[in-house]
Amino acid sequence: MSGPTGIYLDNNATTRVDPRVVEEMLPFFSEHFGNPSSIHSFGAEVGGKMREARARVAALLGAAHDTEIVFTSGGTESNNTAILSALKVAPDRREIITSAVEHPAVLEVCRHLAKHEGYVLHIIPVDKQGRLDIDAYKAALSPRVAVVSIMWANNETGTIFPVEALADMAKEHGILFHTDAVQAVGKVPLRLAETNIDMLSLSGHKLHAPKGVGALYVRRGIRFRPLLRGGHQERERRAGTENTTAIIGLGKAAELALVHMDQENTTVKALRDKLEKALLETVGHCFVTGNVHDRLPNTTNIAFEYIEGEGILLFLSRVGIAASSGSACTSGSLEPSHVLRAMDIPFTAAHGAIRFSLSRETTEAEIDQVIAAVPEIIGRLRSLSPYWDNGAPRAEAFKPEYA
Amino acid sequence: MWNYTDKVKDYFFNPKNAGVLDGANGVGEVGSISCGDALRLMIKVDPDTQVITDARFQTFGCGSAIASSSALTEIVIGKTIDEARTITNQDIADFLGGLPPEKMHCSVMGHEALIAAIANFTGEELADDDHEEGALICKCFGVDEGMLDRAVRGNRLTTIEQVTAYTKAGGSCKTCFEKIEEKLADINAAMVAEGLLKAEEAYVYGGAAAAAAPAPAASGLIQISPLAEGAKKAQAAAPAMTNLQKIMVIQQAIEELRPHLQADGGDIELVDVDGDSVFVKLVGACAGCQMSAVTMQGVQQALIDKIGRPLRVIPHEARRFA
Repeated sequence: MSGPTGIYLDNNATTRVDPRVVEEMLPFFSEHFGNPSSIHSFGAEVGGKMREARARVAALLGAAHDTEIVFTSGGTESNNTAILSALKVAPDRREIITSAVEHPAVLEVCRHLAKHEGYVLHIIPVDKQGRLDIDAYKAALSPRVAVVSIMWANNETGTIFPVEALADMAKEHGILFHTDAVQAVGKVPLRLAETNIDMLSLSGHKLHAPKGVGALYVRRGIRFRPLLRGGHQERERRAGTENTTAIIGLGKAAELALVHMDQENTTVKALRDKLEKALLETVGHCFVTGNVHDRLPNTTNIAFEYIEGEGILLFLSRVGIAASSGSACTSGSLEPSHVLRAMDIPFTAAHGAIRFSLSRETTEAEIDQVIAAVPEIIGRLRSLSPYWDNGAPRAEAFKPEYA
Repeated sequence: MWNYTDKVKDYFFNPKNAGVLDGANGVGEVGSISCGDALRLMIKVDPDTQVITDARFQTFGCGSAIASSSALTEIVIGKTIDEARTITNQDIADFLGGLPPEKMHCSVMGHEALIAAIANFTGEELADDDHEEGALICKCFGVDEGMLDRAVRGNRLTTIEQVTAYTKAGGSCKTCFEKIEEKLADINAAMVAEGLLKAEEAYVYGGAAAAAAPAPAASGLIQISPLAEGAKKAQAAAPAMTNLQKIMVIQQAIEELRPHLQADGGDIELVDVDGDSVFVKLVGACAGCQMSAVTMQGVQQALIDKIGRPLRVIPHEARRFA
């Protein structure tokens, strides 16, 4: 079975599993298939390899202890576990702090808790560059707050939040600090042991490991309550027979991520900058969203005004380029990305926002092809747009009836 | 990615009749930028024959919005104004070989633009059609937030079963159960705040408060088996009835339900009562409808509520299994 070919610039959605990761995993499907909990020899090898995986993930995070790593099914489970645990260990604290641009795996969980379980939720806004409103954050902190959950880096714009400083401020009030670092891990050097971050979520498939595996970092000494009960696995913090092959794959991916960390911040970043600069120059009426001074090295999110993102993606896909969009129509909901709306990006631009997310596998030749292909696609769609007329936005605003 | 038909893809990648139509004498501009769609439809009508001789479009929207707009121009060219008035959004979707349920609103927008363009040509006043849409709730039956809101408010619905009966939402795979629950609770709460509904009648998320409320209409759980705990209690509390009294009460309850089914082109007949088994016959649109099991459940619950004792409503065709 041969897969699709083309230029893959959607690495914030998911990444290709590195062949070295696959190679590491293969023997654990049918040769060393034992349950690591078993006494016999079938399980022994697996247990050793899982310890190695845990150490590798801990090294990538700069954690002080391997036992601070709890393997999970992915970012969503890690986020849910962290937030629910923090609430249960501090029953007298009834408030939660998060940001307006979180992934739904955090934001929807918090909203559900606020709506149905009576928690007070503080959603910290961002400015037009996607930067967190630090004053609003400080104002929300109090001994009534059980947990802060704020992402390390935004999946759509790549904007990085100063989570280490945010964690310091939370600690002054005795608040547990969780960060969804699914996009940051593997792209940003981490030294968790030197921070006040209490919990951190990561996802395997964002860093060239398989889907369905992730981890939650839980600082030693933090009170914890499991989401899943019914087994002694992961020191009774996550019951259920371990997804051993995937965990071993995640371990290898973590090791490779550490090896390639410099490359992300040099080669990949240079390619991203080249793509962004070229598109801004050749396509008019577009701009980069997010904080261009502090963001992930692999991500650029460009809003092309007066056209809608799905059309751009369909044309890109036809010439073999994979990217993604914050537009309403690609998500199944009718509203454009909550991240771009939180940043107050005008609707005419938010619908045409395209995210290009590179990886260490992206080549310069691929970037050159994208640079060559995009301007014509944008021009073609604008020629269909009622907001566009002869190479410029229409002078008189197009005001359709009914809403 | 969406499962677009080849025709949708073709009409998106190679749209026909795109651009500005010089000399257009009917222009319809509809849409909503906030939901990512806007369409300007331009038609040229021969004033003598009333035939649409040309049509063009400009669309801000996704692939299916552009394809729907282009399809619309193809459909209307050559038609008279009167013929064009009969075109529905389903015609646009059918022309394209179908649209994904989430994208049907693209064909609705095309239809709205056509109505607006015709009104612009004839000079008629366009009725203020409140077409509030929202996120799709039930994928099986294409029910969105707007439809749910209108149905709940218009009919004062306060249970999940009623929502299913009126909108079909949640009538098939039930994966949208939590979404319906949440929406119903929100809409009911808004109605209470507006003084349109008594607080004790409102559906409450999770059904917890509803279960404690005396009103049987506010049950939050779908009770399928009449032998469930609640029903057993009902049995104990039920006053003794003769067979004749019971049949008469059942007949009366069914008469009260019939207008709801008739509104959907269906009907129900009482065939027989045997102990606690009520045999009925669904006719008209109800017969063979994939919703008939849901209808049966609804009838059963209504009868249990009505006569206060457990009953099993059975299609008379299935009598030999009963």
